Amino acid sequence: MILVILIAVLFVGGLLAWASERINPEYPRIISLLIVLLDIVLMFSLLGGDSSATWLVDLQADWLPRFGISFHLAADGLTVLLLLLTGFLGVIAIGSAWGEITERTGFFYFNLLWTLAGVLGVFTALDLFLFFFFWEVMLIPMYFIIAIWGHENKNYAAMKFFIFTQVTGMLMLVSILMLAYSHYGQFGVFSFDYFDLLKVNTSGPLEMVIMLGFFIAFTTKLPSFPFHSWLPDAHSQAPTAGSVILAGVLLKTGAYGLIRFAVPLFPEASMQFAPIAMTLGAISILYCAKVAFAQTDIKRLIAYTSVSHMGFVLLGIYAWNEEALQGAVMTMLAHGLSAAALFMLAGGLQHRIHTRDMSDMSGFWAKVPKMSAVALFFSVAALGMPGLGNFIGEFLVLLGAFKANITITVISSFGLIFASVYSLWVIQKVFHGEYRNIDFDDSHLYDLNRRELIYFGLMMVGLIWMGMYPQSFLDLSQGALEGILASSQIVATAAVTK
Amino acid sequence: MLDLIWLLPTFPLLGFLSLVLTGGSLPKKIVAVIGAGSIGLSFLVAAIIAAQFLANGEAHFIKEVWVWMSVGSFSPGFTFYLDGLSLVMMLVITGIGFLIHLYSAGFMLDDPSYSRFFSYMNLFVASMLMLVLADNLVLLYLGWEGVGLCSYLLIGFWYENPANGYAARKAFVTTRVGDTSMAIGLFLLFAQLGTLNIQDMLHAAEAQWAIGSGLAVAASLLLLGGAVGKSAQLPLQTWLPDAMAGPTPISALIHAATMVTAGVYLIARTHVLFELAPNVQLLVAWIGLVTLLMAGFTAMTQHDIKRILAYSTVSQIGYMFLGLGVGAYSASIFHLMTHAFFKALLFLAAGTVILSLHHEHDIFRMGGKRKQLPVAFASFLIGSLALAAFPGTSGFFSKDEILLAALEMEGPGLILWIGGVIGAFFTGIYSFRLVFVVFFGESKAHHEDKEVAGFSMAGPLILLMILSVFGGLITIPVQEVFNHGDVHEEHHVSAFMHGIMIAVPLLGIGVSYLFYMSRALSIENLMASSMAKSLHKFWFSGWGMDRLYQILFVNPFLFLARVNRADLVDRFYELLVQLTRIAHKMVAQTQTGQLRWYALSIAAGLIVIVSLGVLL
Amino acid sequence: MQSIPIEHGLILAGILFSLGLIGVLTRRNVVFVLMSLEIMLNASGLAFIVAASRWGHAEGQIMFLMILTLAAAEVAVGLGLIIQMYRRFNTVDINVLSKMKG
Repeated sequence: MILVILIAVLFVGGLLAWASERINPEYPRIISLLIVLLDIVLMFSLLGGDSSATWLVDLQADWLPRFGISFHLAADGLTVLLLLLTGFLGVIAIGSAWGEITERTGFFYFNLLWTLAGVLGVFTALDLFLFFFFWEVMLIPMYFIIAIWGHENKNYAAMKFFIFTQVTGMLMLVSILMLAYSHYGQFGVFSFDYFDLLKVNTSGPLEMVIMLGFFIAFTTKLPSFPFHSWLPDAHSQAPTAGSVILAGVLLKTGAYGLIRFAVPLFPEASMQFAPIAMTLGAISILYCAKVAFAQTDIKRLIAYTSVSHMGFVLLGIYAWNEEALQGAVMTMLAHGLSAAALFMLAGGLQHRIHTRDMSDMSGFWAKVPKMSAVALFFSVAALGMPGLGNFIGEFLVLLGAFKANITITVISSFGLIFASVYSLWVIQKVFHGEYRNIDFDDSHLYDLNRRELIYFGLMMVGLIWMGMYPQSFLDLSQGALEGILASSQIVATAAVTK
Repeated sequence: MLDLIWLLPTFPLLGFLSLVLTGGSLPKKIVAVIGAGSIGLSFLVAAIIAAQFLANGEAHFIKEVWVWMSVGSFSPGFTFYLDGLSLVMMLVITGIGFLIHLYSAGFMLDDPSYSRFFSYMNLFVASMLMLVLADNLVLLYLGWEGVGLCSYLLIGFWYENPANGYAARKAFVTTRVGDTSMAIGLFLLFAQLGTLNIQDMLHAAEAQWAIGSGLAVAASLLLLGGAVGKSAQLPLQTWLPDAMAGPTPISALIHAATMVTAGVYLIARTHVLFELAPNVQLLVAWIGLVTLLMAGFTAMTQHDIKRILAYSTVSQIGYMFLGLGVGAYSASIFHLMTHAFFKALLFLAAGTVILSLHHEHDIFRMGGKRKQLPVAFASFLIGSLALAAFPGTSGFFSKDEILLAALEMEGPGLILWIGGVIGAFFTGIYSFRLVFVVFFGESKAHHEDKEVAGFSMAGPLILLMILSVFGGLITIPVQEVFNHGDVHEEHHVSAFMHGIMIAVPLLGIGVSYLFYMSRALSIENLMASSMAKSLHKFWFSGWGMDRLYQILFVNPFLFLARVNRADLVDRFYELLVQLTRIAHKMVAQTQTGQLRWYALSIAAGLIVIVSLGVLL
Repeated sequence: MQSIPIEHGLILAGILFSLGLIGVLTRRNVVFVLMSLEIMLNASGLAFIVAASRWGHAEGQIMFLMILTLAAAEVAVGLGLIIQMYRRFNTVDINVLSKMKG
């Protein structure tokens, strides 16, 4: 029941926020903040349980029984981690939109909350039809956020984002239907339920085709080379709050989909496909790091680094052993924080000096030391400095991937070098050097205010916690991942013995 | 009391946090007390722990603070491991670190970013302590990267000048290449041996890997890659001379006494692995030899006072690698310690010179400064004597140990020894070239101000002078770590060889005297020929390696990045969009708006369908 | 009287229908398009009558009555539209009506 409440609170809250704009334009943001905080408090109740059990909460109700579609929500340790990340970043996003969004605020917070609700649904849905429903729900409000409150090229970016995700989502829908039909063919009844579909034994080219439908949809969301090109535009044109949710949360739905659905439902095809997937991950890491370095738009640069980091996640997932999967999960969490923070810094800069072009910026450390120090912290996190969460994730991924495929892992490790090149370049170009303000109006270039310091501080604490004491997170996901690893093993061996 | 070992990195870490969070609002005196005091406290605790450890006579002591992560069979902990080796290292780090912090309190007094300086320095010491006290390779890697970060922050400390930022990034990226090699080594070790706990890993390796096996070679080579990067040896030595862009105290601390010795520590710590791959161990020695000679050549041509010392550091670490390569681990660590003494002394003294002469770095624009800068002169004299291995100084004992061990090795031992002796010759030349040019002869600099050497600066210098002279008498307690005898073990080498080893540095000093003091020989004559000039230029540029890397790596990367700025893949999707637009235009042509056209198409369609229905 | 074979009737209806169709498609004058439409309608009516006489059912005749009514109504509306068109465009050329282009 708690899961339904979590999602419903956000849906209702969104409507409330929209309506409250008429009373007072300040109200939507306050209401949304309270709603998301309420949701986080409710999420903590999920933490108390026994984390060694695989499934913490489970709710199933009939929806369209004739087609085997049920309203099935469930959470395990992995889900809880992602839910908490979503809630936390929701607060951060509202915080960053606090001062930035001034027009049609009600509608904005409505979209924001409905996106979050869609994401929560994606993370908890275990009926594939319901999953697809929430997949679409999280897409449309985000489109509006980019298209209405975005920057100069917002229509292009929003449309690109929408088409990429929608088209690949359609591929996924076809796959879902094919899978349900396979279930019918094998068991005589239609079912869209995750646990039923795990038992379906597809094989050969059919399995590969269905798996690819899922794979393409999820790697477009991840995003991975070669489906990544919607991300730089979407991120640079979106308002800061949009970027935070996009980078911090939406990208993780792709990774979650791969872990939860794409691999366990099709173990043999995934094993066959793994080298290709891992290679794509490696290419993502290296290629996008190189492209990132060449950018002059600071948000675009950070967007490409996001793709690069998600390459590690893809690599870890398809290595498919415990270390690599835990690493992928840690990278998801840590990247959620560090990318969100970097986008907020870039957004904050844009809000102050109305440009994203790094060639106009130089020597800001002298003018805004607090912002520079914070930027340095998060850049250092992004390049994988031990002691912070990103290192744990990347190290575990590479450690696990090494056992699966040595060559690809070695090549991916060079990503660590490239990461340091682009991270330090951003610091050098924007914050170091001599202060120069000829290309922009610096009258509003003030340092971080108290609100901004609070949420940056929260994110810094989060990253340090993840880096120094990751066990608290790893414990939560351990049960879930062991369950997933075991189930894919069982299905694979069952298929073999059949 | 040994349980309190976790306090050692915690004090500097607290210092770092308090200085960062107060962000420069504290008065300078308090900042200095926090900054230097935290290291002082660490040293105190380190000394007490050392005394107790040695009194106990245990071989090692382990203290786990918490389990860092536990995934499957991979469970490194935040665990400290104390044995003779880490004991020596921690005392050197905290002791010399404290002296340098004390010196910096006076040296950096005029700098506006006083607080930022000490915060970075404290973070550095904390990381370095984690490095040497780690009981597993992942925690070591944390310290490893941490010192790299602090090195970056401190080299680029004066960030207004982009050249400093460039030097800082060069240092970080170059060492990152080595770090990645080391990381891959860690992955390999874990995949094969199932643990990264150092002692467990070494035992497992000894049990499972035959001597000379491919896995041992691969693992030790990868670790060597990391060591070479951090310790600025061939082929990753290019970052260290440029790192002199940072303030002088950090050159003393990071780039002389501690961080650059991390590679030496790593190899010493995992020496069992290297012994399982004798070819790689020999490679360590060769790398050490080639580097020490190359750096020696270059040091003789430099005229920036700090760059001379930088190349000298590269050269001396080459000696340490040489020692590790021939199995003389204790000797290498001993040389690490004595080098920390006299190199820190030399750098700090150089700082005094630079500060007193208003930031003059070029030795040929100084001259005759011995009356004006007495403390610096004394420091340089003693430090250079130790550096050149003048008999009786600490440097003499440590360098001798290494060379003797090389001589006693079969096979290439003799060549290594000869190379080491030639290197000693060069060391004598360049170290005293500096002394003679700066402190003797005519005064070229126009500033006749008093020496800048308050108590906080002179005190450490004096202490280091004492250590440089008498430090050779210290016995480092590393027997059990290395299963070798005492540092001052008996060597069976002829008196003739001993004689050469003593005489050669003196010869170097003498040659230097002839060129730069008495002017009996003329530099100009030596440099007259064009071959001499080009050789000079070649050695001056560090054997052209900077340019080589620029052409091989930097330029291609920049080119690729620039060419693909707009991302090829995006172009592909743009193409799809264009195709769709064209198709749209084509289809739109059928919407003519003409009624008869529509009627025709209806009729045609009808005919087609009907005929299909009839035919099929 | 000798019954006309149904094939002849249907062929005649088919020919008339095609003629009407061609007229609709090729004539530019709206009035002639309307007339061709009438021919098509009558052709289909003829087909109904022929079929009815062949099978001896009355439904065909009833259908023809309905078609006749339909045709009358349609002509009335069509002529009304043509008059409007002439008032607006001053011509009865069908090519003029192409605002829905693109």
